[in-house]
Formats: sequence, structure tokens, C-alpha cells
Amino acid sequence: MNTPLPFSTTAVTQANRNRESVIRALLGIVTVLLVLPLLAILGLLVKHGAPAMTLDFLLTAPAAGMTAGGIFPAIVGTLWLVGVSLAVAAPIGVLAAIYLNEYAGDHWGTRIVHLAIVNLAGVPSIVHALFGVGAFVLFLHLGTSILSASLTLAIMTLPVIIASTKEALAAVPMSFRQACWVLGASRWQTIRHVVLPNSIQGILTGVILQVSRAAGETAPVMFTGAAFYLPFLPQSVHDQCMALSMHLFTLSTQVPGVPEALPYATALVLVALVMSVNLTSILLRSYLRSRRKW
Amino acid sequence: MGSDREHAGGPHGLGRSRTAVAAERVIEALIRICGFSAIFFVFSIFLFVLLSGSDFIVHRLDLREFLFSAEWVPTSVSNKRYGTLALTLGTFSVTGLAMLIAVPFGLGAAIFVSEFTDGKVKEVLKVVIELLAAIPSVVWGFVGLVIMNPLIIAIFDAPIGLNVLNGGILLGLMSVPIIVSIGEDAIKAVPDSYREASMAMGATRWQTTVHVLLPAARSGLLAAVLLGVGRAIGETIAVLMATGHAVQIPHSPLDSVRTLTATIASELGETARGSDHYQALFTIGILLFVLTFVVNLSADLIVRGVRGEQR
Repeated sequence: MNTPLPFSTTAVTQANRNRESVIRALLGIVTVLLVLPLLAILGLLVKHGAPAMTLDFLLTAPAAGMTAGGIFPAIVGTLWLVGVSLAVAAPIGVLAAIYLNEYAGDHWGTRIVHLAIVNLAGVPSIVHALFGVGAFVLFLHLGTSILSASLTLAIMTLPVIIASTKEALAAVPMSFRQACWVLGASRWQTIRHVVLPNSIQGILTGVILQVSRAAGETAPVMFTGAAFYLPFLPQSVHDQCMALSMHLFTLSTQVPGVPEALPYATALVLVALVMSVNLTSILLRSYLRSRRKW
Repeated sequence: MGSDREHAGGPHGLGRSRTAVAAERVIEALIRICGFSAIFFVFSIFLFVLLSGSDFIVHRLDLREFLFSAEWVPTSVSNKRYGTLALTLGTFSVTGLAMLIAVPFGLGAAIFVSEFTDGKVKEVLKVVIELLAAIPSVVWGFVGLVIMNPLIIAIFDAPIGLNVLNGGILLGLMSVPIIVSIGEDAIKAVPDSYREASMAMGATRWQTTVHVLLPAARSGLLAAVLLGVGRAIGETIAVLMATGHAVQIPHSPLDSVRTLTATIASELGETARGSDHYQALFTIGILLFVLTFVVNLSADLIVRGVRGEQR
């Protein structure tokens, strides 16, 4: 009567199970160790930055050689840069994604486009800056201006929009298109009236991600349009502007005698802006997935 | 537009007005142009950076000195030197250390998220890792300056905390999200039938992961690591702020260095347009472009190769 039951645990499976839980715990710790820096950074920024975070800080210009005052021009400048780069990158990116998902066949031309996008995404930000200086500032005579900086940002963030738009378009089932074609609609009519309405929110999440990327970049705008300090707000795209990212760089490396709270508060504003934009995109995406009809 | 739909018929929309058909032609042409725009942009980036440094490259560049001399003395009055070896080694040392951190942590987290969690926990972890990727590089640099710097001085009794170690840790944390998300995709892409077959043989989850999933996903994981390397090589502002601005070949993680990217960022603003120094910086840009191009291309080819096999 001592034969073990067919499914009872043997010593081997028990040992395996123990090892399994140890490994699970180790991997869990590794993962949590990655989450900790995020929390630590946010915590420290809030702790040191919060005292300086007043309405005044957000709504006045830097004063006393940037050792006092607020960051209003930097916020306005970042909004300019993001807005203009979005206006350039969004249409090009969405149309490029439409081409890749709806028109392009599986041939070498498409392969090269794909390779180009991968490499565009991998070009270092400082090389984008060099390109911006060479192409926009000098060759096209746009000078160091919001326009030059935004165009540089637009090209840099193009792959973000293309990739997420493509994903959104690919999520529309083929049968939707086929149903439309069968009714005699042309390719573009199908895209315009069936594919786009069914993917517009997904496209939106990608566009939002572009905003977050563009707002956080420093190197590409450093030499193309962002200024260390400007006493006035930009009036047009041909003016220079300040930028939050650039301002944080300046405050923490270029200006002596800045009270500690100022760069912390600037970093806090920048991170809060980027994170909230990102979180919006993530929440929108998961909401869309949950209520997808097909 | 309403009448369009009523009369639409046939592949080209029979019965539509000429203007509607013409408008469609224009839009489709625009879509094609935008579709190929990425090629145009990558090509112009290469071309403009190359042309901006062309005079220097053609007439005064000594390729041996440029690649293999450690003397970067662009501002000397009598004896200007443009050797990038110290800068290249600076880049490689910081990137190498970053990968020592990012690869085990990134792949560990990718395995954990993909195979050992599900439901809410998985969703939350993925969101957190995505948010980690969203922190701007200038904020990482700031963290390197004000948090890591005093910490490294205190722990290692180092004279300065802005060094390879500081930059490596920051770059490691910055590259981890890429490795986790691409690595997780790669593991997830292994068909469930592999898992089921392995489990049915009595293997535990971990045994399945090590002996079945990781070998099956190895190309994707390698690509994930390569993309992380590409990210680390190209990172600019964070390493500029955290590695301490010393042009020297590093001998220990506590040495300060300067990377290729940081050199361009810190010197471009101070050079006269068109001078040799200015053009030398663009030449470094070309070097960086080629480096990251090769890394990203290999990652892409590896992933493509896998897809080819699976078909």
C-alpha cells in the first residue's frame, strides 16, 4: 500500500518547486530594482523641487542672472517647439504610415524604407543637431530659430509617429477593407472612410508620444534654436526661444550660484509634463484595447 | 463627400467627378512621397553632416591620427591634434559598463514580465518601464550631477563622482526599457505550443524558460541588446553632464572621460563656423552615424532573419 499516488509530489518535483520560487523571487527583485530608480527620482524631485513650485515660479521670467525668478519663457518656448514640430511631423508621419500599411507591397523598396526608419530612429540626437545646423540653420538660411529647432525635432521624432500609426492601421481587420472594396470604393476612399475612422484614436496615442519625446529633448535644440536666456517671449517661428530641457541643462551646469531648489523645480515641471503626456497616451491605448469591437 | 459614396462604383470610383478623382491622385502621390521620406531624411542627414566637414575630411584629415591617436587638442595654437581614440574609448567604456548593468537586469525583467506575471501586475510593470523610458535625458544628467555624484564620492572615496561609473549606471537605466520591451516581445513571440510541450514533459517554468524559450528567442534578445547598445552610444546630454569632461583613456570606472557625443555637444557652440575644429566635430558626427548605423542595421537584420526562418 506504499506505492505513491500518481500525482503526489516526489522529492524531485518538490526541489524543482522550491528552486522555482527562489528564481521567481530573484527575477521579481531584479524587476523591482528597475522600478525603484523611477520612484526615487520622482520622490527626490518632488521633495527638493516642491518648495520652489509656486504660481510665481511658473509665470515669471528668470531674474538676477537666472539665480532667481521663474521659468515662464522656458515653458512657452517648449510649447512652441513641440507645437511646430508636431505640425510638421504628424502629417508626414501619418501619411508615411498609411503608405507602408495600405499601399506598399512586400518588395525591396519597402524593405529600404523600413531600414531607413529603423536607422532614423537610431541616429544619435547630437547627430540630428549637426544635421539641423547644417541643413536648416545654414543651408536653408533659417538661422537659429524655433523653425530650425522644430524641424530638427520633427525629423527626429518621425519614427515614433510612423511606428505607432502603422500599428494602429494594422489593427483594423482586413475584412473591413474588403467589405468596402466590394462595394466599389477606391483604395483612398476605403482609407478615408473606413480605415482612418477605425484607427484615429490609436494614431492619436502615437502623436501624443511624439509630444513627450519632443518636449524632453535637449541636444537637437541646443544649437538650432533654443537660447540660454531670452528676456522676451518669441513672437514668431523665426525667433529663438528658451526651452525647459535646455533651461535645466543651463541651470545645472552653466550658471554658478543657483539656489538648489530652482533646477529641482525645473526638472519637476519637465518630468511632470512628459510623464502626464505619456500616461495619457498609455491610458488611452489601454482604454482603446479594452473596447475594441473586433 | 456624401454624393461620392452614393455614386461610387468600380475600383476607380466610377461616376465620381473629375475633381474628386484628381484630388485622390494628388493625395495618393503625397502618401507615396511621405512614405519614402524616411529614406530621404536618413540620406540627407548623412550628406549634410558629411558635407559640413568635407573640406577638413578631404584636405587635412589624417585618418590614422583621427581614429588611433588619443590626442584631442583642437584649440592649441601651434599644434592642433584631432585624435579621437580617447573619445571613442570613453564612449565604449561607458556603453560597456551600461550594458553590464542593463543586459542582466533588462533580460531578467523581460523574462519576469513575460513568463512569471500576468494580469494587472504585468500591465503595471509594463507601464512603469515605459515611464522609465520617458524620463528626458537631461533629467538623467541632472540626477547624475546632484544625486549620483555625491553618492559615488561617499561610497568609493573618489575625488570626483562624475566618471565612467556614474555615466554607465545612468546609461544602463536608460537602455533597460528598450531591452525589456523588445526582449519581452521576443519571448512572447515564441509559440505557446513550445511552452505546452515543455511543461507536458514535466519541466518547470524556469526550466522551460532556460531550455526552450531563451534558445528559441535568442535572435530577438540579441537584437534587443544591440538596440540598447545603439541607444547608449548615441546618448548625449546625460553623459555630457555625468562623465566629467576629461579627455583621457579611462583605466578604471572611477576615471572621468568624455564621449564622442559629449565632445560635439560641449565644443560645437564655441567653435568658429567652418574652422577645422568645427569640421572635425562634424567628422565625429559621421563616425557616430556610421557606428549607430551598423549597430541598428545588425539588430534589424537579425530580427528579419528570425522572421524569415519562422515562415
